[in-house]
Formats: sequence, structure tokens, C-alpha cells
Amino acid sequence: MSWTTLADVAAGFCLIAGSFLALAAGVGVLRFPDLLARMHAGTKPQVLGLILLLTGEALRVRNMQVLGMLVLIIVFQLLTAPVAAHMVGRAGYRTGKVRNDLLVVDELTEDHFRAPEKPVRCEDDHGLDNPARKDKRDVEAPPA
Amino acid sequence: MTVVAIICGVMLVTAAILALIRAERGPSMLDRTVALDVFVTTLVGGIVLESALSGRLDTLPILIVLSLVGFVGSVTIARFAAVEPEGEGRVRTLEEIAQEEAARAEADAEHPILDEPRDLIEPKDPKGSEHTTTIGSIPQAAKAVQDITGPKEER
Repeated sequence: MSWTTLADVAAGFCLIAGSFLALAAGVGVLRFPDLLARMHAGTKPQVLGLILLLTGEALRVRNMQVLGMLVLIIVFQLLTAPVAAHMVGRAGYRTGKVRNDLLVVDELTEDHFRAPEKPVRCEDDHGLDNPARKDKRDVEAPPA
Repeated sequence: MTVVAIICGVMLVTAAILALIRAERGPSMLDRTVALDVFVTTLVGGIVLESALSGRLDTLPILIVLSLVGFVGSVTIARFAAVEPEGEGRVRTLEEIAQEEAARAEADAEHPILDEPRDLIEPKDPKGSEHTTTIGSIPQAAKAVQDITGPKEER
């Protein structure tokens, strides 16, 4: 039993494991009740599943240039997946798509209620999280 | 290796179908975003699987493009399209579409849009055309301008 056969067997296991994570993500995305739970399910193949699949590919191909490109794909995915998930989760919270009755701990809402007053934002409109103020002139005017 | 291919293919296709079902149902736009992220990931998995089994290497740049495009898409939706009016984030049923079409046809019958012929051609030279109007040529507008600026001075 040569080492190429061993590498092929390991590649097969990695591919099956990565595909199983994708399947689990599909089931979770379909079955889970709200946005955050679906995001939790959908994250599995985006990081670990992709790493497993690409490890299987690298074990099967056994080529250094290909290995560099596969590492590049993983690095891109690791950089972009948290940013996208953060923005989706924040937009979901601010537009009321997070179900409070399903949460065990909700520190963000507690902090919202504990904050003394809403911070004054005088910047321009930057989108969903910092919309343009209607009463901008009232805010900038000093209290008489 | 064929057994591995069959097992992985079945799991990936099932995952893609389930994600597509959620993208169709998804009550909000963000649910569809998450579902389409999972779909893109299964697509990447399928390309990797095909590449690993056949030994092709020219499909690997597609993976980089797919990961970046999926990122841009979900960030754009989360940033700009997350706020949607109530009831907009679902696919309408056939009965609702039929009702809306009937209401629109009724409104068209009451107030026909093209009951009088209108000049729909935009003049190419505004200054030399008779279609353009200045404020002074309309009596009401001229009077309003006079009310604001005072009576016109004769020189």
C-alpha cells in the first residue's frame, strides 16, 4: 500500500465530510425557525466544509501550485464570510427579523435599554445603520 | 473513488435543493441571502468534487470568483435591501395576481390612459421648438412670479 493510495483514501474521507457539512447546512437552513439559527447552520460549510473539501482536493491532486491556489481560496473565504455574516446579522437585528423569544441571552437589547440616551449622529447618511436625521438642524442648534 | 463521488454528489445536490427551497420560501430578504450563500457554497463544493475526481485544474479560478461574488452579493443585500415593506418579501399566489390584474383592468376602463392623443415625442432642439414654454408665456406662472418679485419694471 503506497502513500498515494493512502492520500486518496484520506481525500475521500475529507470530501465526504465536507459534503456532509453542506448537507447539514441545507437541512438546517430549511428547518431552523429564524434568521440567526439559519445563519448558524449556513456557516458550517462556508468555513470547515470548504477547508475539508479543499484538503481533499489537495490530497488528490498533490501539486504545489494548486496548493497555493487552494490556500488562497480558503484565505478569501475566511476573510469574507465573517464580514458578510456580521452585516446580515446586524441588518436582521435592526429590521426586527430576530425573534426575541428564541434567544437565551440578548445582551444587545439590554445594552440598548441601559444606554442613557441615543448618541447624536451628525454624519451624513451612510445607509441602514446610520440613516439621515430628519431633525438635523434641531440637534446642531445649542439649547437656549 | 466512484463510491465517494456518488455519496458526495448526492449530499451536495440534496443540500443545494434544500437551500433553494428556503430561498423560495424565505419570509425575508435576509433569509434568501443566507440560503443563496449556502447554495453558492454547495456549488463550490461541486466544482471541487469534480476537479478532485477528474484531475482538472482549470476550474479552480472559478472558486475564487464565486467566493468573492457571494460576499459582494450578501453584503449589498444586507446593506441596502434589508428594509422592505410588510408583505413584500413573499411570492404572491396566483389568485392575488389575478385580483390585482382585474383591479388594474377596471381602473384602466374607468380612466383610460390614452383617451386623448398626446405628443410623446420629445423635441430635440428645445429653443427652436414650439413645445417649450417659458414662465412668461403662462399667465398664472407670470402672475405668481410678479407676486414674489414685485411688479415688472419697464425700461
